[in-house]
Amino acid sequence: MATLTINGERYELDLPDNMPLLWVIRDVVGLTGTKFGCGMSQCGACTVHLNGTAIRSCVTPVSAASGEITTIEAMADDPVGSKVQQAWLDLGVAQCGYCQGGQIMNATALLKKTPNPETGEIVDAMAGNLCRCGTYNRILAAIERASGKEGEA
Amino acid sequence: MSADDNLMIANVSRRRFLMGLAGGSALVLAARWDVALGGNEQAQFGAGAMPGGWVDDPNVFIHIDADSLVTIVNNRSEMGQGIRTSLVMVGADELGADWDQVRVEQAEGDHSKYGNQNTDGSRSMRHWYQPMRRAAAAARQMLEQAAANEWGVPVSEVQAGVHTIVHKPSGKELGFGELAAKARELDVPGRNALVLKRDDELRFVGKETGLINGELKSAYPKAIDGDDIVTGKAVYGADVPFDDLLYAVIARPPVYGATVGSVDDTEALKVPGVEKVLKVEGTGQPAGFSPLGGIAVVASNTWAAMEGRKALKIDWDLEAAGDNAGYTSSAYRESLEKAAQKPGKVVRQHGDLDASLENAAKRVSATYYMPHMAQAPMEPPVATVRIKDGKAEVWAPVQNPQATRDTVAGRLDLDAENVTIHVTLLGGGFGRKSKPDFAIEAASIAEAFKGQPIRLQWSREDDIHHAYFHAVSVDYLEAGLDDSGQATGWLHRTLSPSIGSLFAPDPKHKGEFELGMGFNTMPFSVPALRLENPPAPAHVRIGWFRSVYNLPHAWAIQSFAHEMSVAAGKDHRDYVLDLLGPDREIHNLTVGDGWNYGEDPDLYPIDIGRMRNVIERATSEAGWGKSPGKNRGLGLAFHHSFVSYTAIVFDVEVDDQGELTIHRADIAFDCGPQANPERIRSQLEGAIVMGIGIALQSEVTFEDGVAQQGNFDKFLIPRMPDAPKTLRVHLVDNPDEAMGGVGEPGLPPVAPALCNAIYAATGKRIRRLPVGDQLKS
Repeated sequence: MATLTINGERYELDLPDNMPLLWVIRDVVGLTGTKFGCGMSQCGACTVHLNGTAIRSCVTPVSAASGEITTIEAMADDPVGSKVQQAWLDLGVAQCGYCQGGQIMNATALLKKTPNPETGEIVDAMAGNLCRCGTYNRILAAIERASGKEGEA
Repeated sequence: MSADDNLMIANVSRRRFLMGLAGGSALVLAARWDVALGGNEQAQFGAGAMPGGWVDDPNVFIHIDADSLVTIVNNRSEMGQGIRTSLVMVGADELGADWDQVRVEQAEGDHSKYGNQNTDGSRSMRHWYQPMRRAAAAARQMLEQAAANEWGVPVSEVQAGVHTIVHKPSGKELGFGELAAKARELDVPGRNALVLKRDDELRFVGKETGLINGELKSAYPKAIDGDDIVTGKAVYGADVPFDDLLYAVIARPPVYGATVGSVDDTEALKVPGVEKVLKVEGTGQPAGFSPLGGIAVVASNTWAAMEGRKALKIDWDLEAAGDNAGYTSSAYRESLEKAAQKPGKVVRQHGDLDASLENAAKRVSATYYMPHMAQAPMEPPVATVRIKDGKAEVWAPVQNPQATRDTVAGRLDLDAENVTIHVTLLGGGFGRKSKPDFAIEAASIAEAFKGQPIRLQWSREDDIHHAYFHAVSVDYLEAGLDDSGQATGWLHRTLSPSIGSLFAPDPKHKGEFELGMGFNTMPFSVPALRLENPPAPAHVRIGWFRSVYNLPHAWAIQSFAHEMSVAAGKDHRDYVLDLLGPDREIHNLTVGDGWNYGEDPDLYPIDIGRMRNVIERATSEAGWGKSPGKNRGLGLAFHHSFVSYTAIVFDVEVDDQGELTIHRADIAFDCGPQANPERIRSQLEGAIVMGIGIALQSEVTFEDGVAQQGNFDKFLIPRMPDAPKTLRVHLVDNPDEAMGGVGEPGLPPVAPALCNAIYAATGKRIRRLPVGDQLKS
């Protein structure tokens, strides 16, 4: 039996300990904003926050997910997350959009820890999040915009 | 001038004549207006030549309800190109709708109702701009007529404002919602009676918005799916909710053509959550869109299905795979390189090439290699199917919904009318989701669970191991130069397995549309030329990958032209501008191409002036000619594809350890009229980044028929640190031409431009992709 707190809601679920959090969030709880991309922590599409830190839910067993889990669905209510979302919209970052939930989760975690990151810090922090459409320059510009620094795209 | 160079040099081209005839600036964009207004409504070229053709009935595409909400149907698949925003914007603009009161409805897969929906070939805006304009103009004119009737005034006195119809003399207004019911009862005006808006009446079309080269111009109109994407509400293939869903994965044969020998599912069935293990039939070779076959594991969640699959014990029978089981990339590459030294099937020639090479003052030759790649959209293939009461419903991220409908119907032995295709958002496509094999697989499994929805999920390993691979290629080029470095002869042999091998016994030669992607349509002007296509067999499923055969052709030709300029001791830009010859229009039929991307050659010749223009624009924006500094270099490449023109310049640095930094990319692009410049920019930005991956990282290799890369740890694609530090898009405003493609033409010149820049910085010539660690040695 696993007890999970996701976006402030408590769930008591009968699940194998080693089931990855990603599939619990998607298939059991039914929150589909968190995406499957690789299943081995290579792409970041499944990024969620565990106690405010960005984690890859596809390799996080449900047994290790004790604490507050936050997904992209809750970012509109988060002061930093909503700022990041708005920057994404202002700059038209998304193309297909599939990876962007994970990108926003990772960017939000970065800005919570480092509100005014240097460009190099952003690039390093975002290197684990793949975007096959190739929107990286706009992602970088949007993070700088959300941090209050208007950078070059 | 040789027979082959009997080029169409038209001083007054037909399209300019047509524009003059049509008059009015808005009609300038109407490349096929002549056809649309005439009796020959569905033509042999363009949208009219596609299965299902075009439809411009406002009752199909536009609905206005009583509270003024405008619903516009988007019939093309959204895979990141922004068509749900851009096409709807075109309709909303012509209609006069307030963007905040517009919503989009995604069409189900049905060519007979919605016209062609095959979202591929960079055709969505090119083929649907005009039908959408006409549908919206007809709807607007019906609203205007309804208002005139209401007020008892001549329709000439009324005009659409924004979401309202105005009586000009009195200033009276009626909202769209107030008029909608009455307008719907009116006859749809004939095409001859439609009056499209003038350019100066348009609010969205052709307007620059959003982020332009680092500067935010304006964010309006906002993307249709933007809010849903950033809040996690957007619905992709795996996100459609069901109460009683079961989840499936399939273990597929590791080698193309292999079959299931024996299977032991004892352990798989013990995995908690696993409900059933069943066989999915393959159809052997050639596979076409059909499943590869294998063993499906069905469970109560995706992870349980994956765990169950791990526990299967399967003996694969390799016999049916034939020599695919011996397919090894290194040996294959050697065999193609050897074959490239021998003459092959001649597809275009003029002049006496052998004599010109023999008599040349200098000869240059090179062999170029591009590997297999997987499209690897971030969303792996996924489909949900429910079969109930003799009908099947499919929810899937497919580029070709009608093909999905037809093939699923075929597999289930149903009439296509009894199969409904709900097209979700696509988490990327790049050609992978043109093939509906995954929907057919899901349908096969769903047959065993009548009434219950089955979601088939592909893992990333499934996606890369069983891709429809971008064709591996070897290109051999040889040129003769005279004393001044001028080209006198050009030999090009291209070798790749053909996509034709997917649908028929392996032709071993490229088909017309494959050669027409920048091989026989090569634009250089040389006195003697021979283009050959020796055979190359296929051993895996070969399929469309964004830009398709333009990738190897541009890679080889644009690298080689640079090598020639180096051999001639000339500036690369000056050299290629000279090699292109005088501004002229090349008719595809004169260069042995009968395809021309399906477009009318009179409207879409290969225009050397436009090619020259984008080269000049990209190079001048990039500061071509200035000294870039130590370890730094500029590299240029250009290409015509999907009836658009692209040139790109990279500014790179390679340090003493071989570490590459891409400082800047300048891409110049001419697609004729621009419907939504903002999304054109985003497509080009994305093409640059994807192209960097093609140049530097991406490769799938085979050992004994088995793909050696399965996930993003080994199949590498660009990450944020790989993107150019500065990226500049320069759109050439060219509204008087016919509209070209956007999604693909940015990609082909990227890899050669980057490798040319690497040469400029280091003197090291890259002839084998990906670059990988070649700069470190």
